[in-house]
Amino acid sequence: MRYGRLGMMAAALALMASGPIAAQTLRIGLAEDPDALDPDQARTFVGRIVFAGLCDKLIDYDEKLAFKPQLATAWKWSEDQKSITFSLRPNVKFHDGERFDAEAVKFNIERKQTLPESRRKSEISEIVGVDVIDPLTVRLDLSKPFAPLLAALADRAGMMLSPKAAKAAGAGFANHPVCAGPYKFVERIAQDRIVLERFADYWNKDAFALERVVYQPISDSTVRLANLQGGNLDMIERLAPTDIEAARQDRRLKVAEVTSLAYQSITINVANGARSKTPLGEDPRVREALELSIDRDALNQVVFNGAFLPGNQPVPPESLYYDAATPIPQRDVAKAKQLLAAAGQPNPTVDLMVPNTSEDQAVAQVLQSMAQEAGIALKLSVIEFATALQEETKGNFEAFLIGWSGRIDPDGNLYNFQHSTGALNYAKYRNADVDRLLDQARTTLDDGARAKLYAQAAQSYLADRHIIYLYHRKWLFAMSSKLQGFVPNPDGLIRLAGLTLQ
Amino acid sequence: MSAFLLRRLAISIPTLLIVTMLVFGLQQLLPGDPALALSGEERDPAVLAAIRAEYHLDRPVPVQYAFWLGGALHGDLGISLKSNQPVTELVLAKLPVTAELAGFAMLVALAIGIPAGVISAVKRDSVWDHIANVIGLSGLSIPHFWLGIMLILLVSVQWGLLPPGGFVSPADSLTDNLAGMIMPALVLGGGVAAMMMRHTRSAMLGTLRSDYVRTARAKGLLERTVVIKHALRNALIPIVTLGALALGELLSGAVLTESVFNIPGFGKLVVDAVFNRDYAVVQGVVLFTASAYILLNLCADMAYCLINPRMRG
Repeated sequence: MRYGRLGMMAAALALMASGPIAAQTLRIGLAEDPDALDPDQARTFVGRIVFAGLCDKLIDYDEKLAFKPQLATAWKWSEDQKSITFSLRPNVKFHDGERFDAEAVKFNIERKQTLPESRRKSEISEIVGVDVIDPLTVRLDLSKPFAPLLAALADRAGMMLSPKAAKAAGAGFANHPVCAGPYKFVERIAQDRIVLERFADYWNKDAFALERVVYQPISDSTVRLANLQGGNLDMIERLAPTDIEAARQDRRLKVAEVTSLAYQSITINVANGARSKTPLGEDPRVREALELSIDRDALNQVVFNGAFLPGNQPVPPESLYYDAATPIPQRDVAKAKQLLAAAGQPNPTVDLMVPNTSEDQAVAQVLQSMAQEAGIALKLSVIEFATALQEETKGNFEAFLIGWSGRIDPDGNLYNFQHSTGALNYAKYRNADVDRLLDQARTTLDDGARAKLYAQAAQSYLADRHIIYLYHRKWLFAMSSKLQGFVPNPDGLIRLAGLTLQ
Repeated sequence: MSAFLLRRLAISIPTLLIVTMLVFGLQQLLPGDPALALSGEERDPAVLAAIRAEYHLDRPVPVQYAFWLGGALHGDLGISLKSNQPVTELVLAKLPVTAELAGFAMLVALAIGIPAGVISAVKRDSVWDHIANVIGLSGLSIPHFWLGIMLILLVSVQWGLLPPGGFVSPADSLTDNLAGMIMPALVLGGGVAAMMMRHTRSAMLGTLRSDYVRTARAKGLLERTVVIKHALRNALIPIVTLGALALGELLSGAVLTESVFNIPGFGKLVVDAVFNRDYAVVQGVVLFTASAYILLNLCADMAYCLINPRMRG
């Protein structure tokens, strides 16, 4: 009966008779199945969507990416900027009834740093000591000033687990996570559902009206949308850009969108082994010609119906850290040909490695036809994603169509790829000026001063072009028109505060 | 009969060993590093090293297999690299879902395939025969994925009659459970029904032409009795073999149907596991489905004896 028209009529009649239903369940369709539900071991983006309901962090941020209190009510850097002191929220309980205090923070930071299975170690490696000053005050001591720390503590590295439950479960914590978020864990059926239930002792429980939240992974975007239209779900993330019109025209649905922190790009092997010895890898003029052959607006129109945002830097144009002096270059085929001629390479062939998703392949095909007009032959090697990553790690690529899901601190979009010691710098790019500026920006706490340093660095690496940035995706959500109060955030997560089903 | 059964069971142990060894070895040939597939976007070297050590990925392949086999003999199939859940638990959770879907699909296949095959054989070259053939051919050639999406869009989104997918445990609501099974069972069973229809038809054509059927007719038996009791019973033997194989295939997971209807069964489990290089899960599912195949073949052998007394020996 739940699905039939008769059923809906009956439900409507019952509603009229009995007034609003108290117990509300929100069903959210995710694009993938999350991995381990332990904030210290988790690796996937979708896992963070679930944590947004399950695990509170020391600090949070709003949709403008401004930090705001969550489990910590205030924080203050020391004079030498080598320690930061947090005042903690009083009367906070974990889902198992344990009290949240400074000792719990100390336990959690130490777990993130020492648990063998922890994936958070490198995010907070600058923390060298945790001092409990009183039950509601805790100080983190750093080896050096580190501006990206706040962003880390506003994500998984700042999520607090119940020390009692974490000690008891060890690495098996993921099978029954116990945190201090607005919703507590009920059950998980792999690849089917994760169920959370409202936590009655939450410190801010009045902001959360929904009784239960069910997360269901459905990987195919058409099927995800059909489940929303069919009434099996109330909300889906990552609506396909090509489905926006259909969702907008459906009166039962509405769409929300926000520019993400992510970017998509072509990474060019400039110094990683034998395969960097190509005209593209060795001559910046050939790379510039490739960039000039690309019409980013057209790419966005053709593949994404114009839904995404063209870009040419690691952060979107609207960001504080965008270098306004280097806007998106216009397509200029004539100039591209001149550059190629000057480089003595009028018709270079470039092998572009492309992950085998339909989206990436569509992008690659458009790039291929654009480059063709400038005389560059893009040869597409379409490879399954895990294999492509391995090839990249080994340096076995000339150019790779790969993106990054983005971090709220600009350092997270830059350092790993632009700094010569960056962990993901598989292009083996090296520029002493860029290294110096990025290191300096890490230890600079003032936003304005940091933005200047990043703009200076951009002048160098954007001219070197070992990464050609193409576009920033938008997070697209579709939801039942009955769902009220959703505010999309550039991080793509679904915060449950203020959500109601009418 | 029991000696026969024992012999068959004894043979199945080395078969299982060889199958698991083969799959383990073949997985190593897959390009792509499981640690890389699992380390997340950051690909932090410390994390990679920790994952390799945690799951013995840094050891030689035979040692890894020995670790797995040692665990499997104690009923421990290891831990999913992706979700940290025990593989035994994952397999046992998916088993009833896949079994239910396979069961219903088989029911659809039998209920449509055999009668259609019989009718088209008996009324050979009639309109019925041609209709059955066209439907059967379409059943074999229409892709499940497309048919599934079309059904969802029409039946669920347009008419709002059935849920578009998902799995509701029968313990929670039997009606919702059954409602959710109708479309996937039709899509999945439809393909098998078409195959059954084709085979039943050709087997029936063979038996209907045989001497004993002519004798039965000559004795003046009712045509219905001749067709069902005499001809069909003998025609059933190849169908039983086919049915057992088809059921084995259904039990190993119907990837496309499961993804379209978002049913958490073996198909989705194993495909996700392959893409994540989640070796332990792949091994666990393979061990299970290989056992199911062996068991079903055994059942098919026993069914021959029931259908055909000459085989009882």
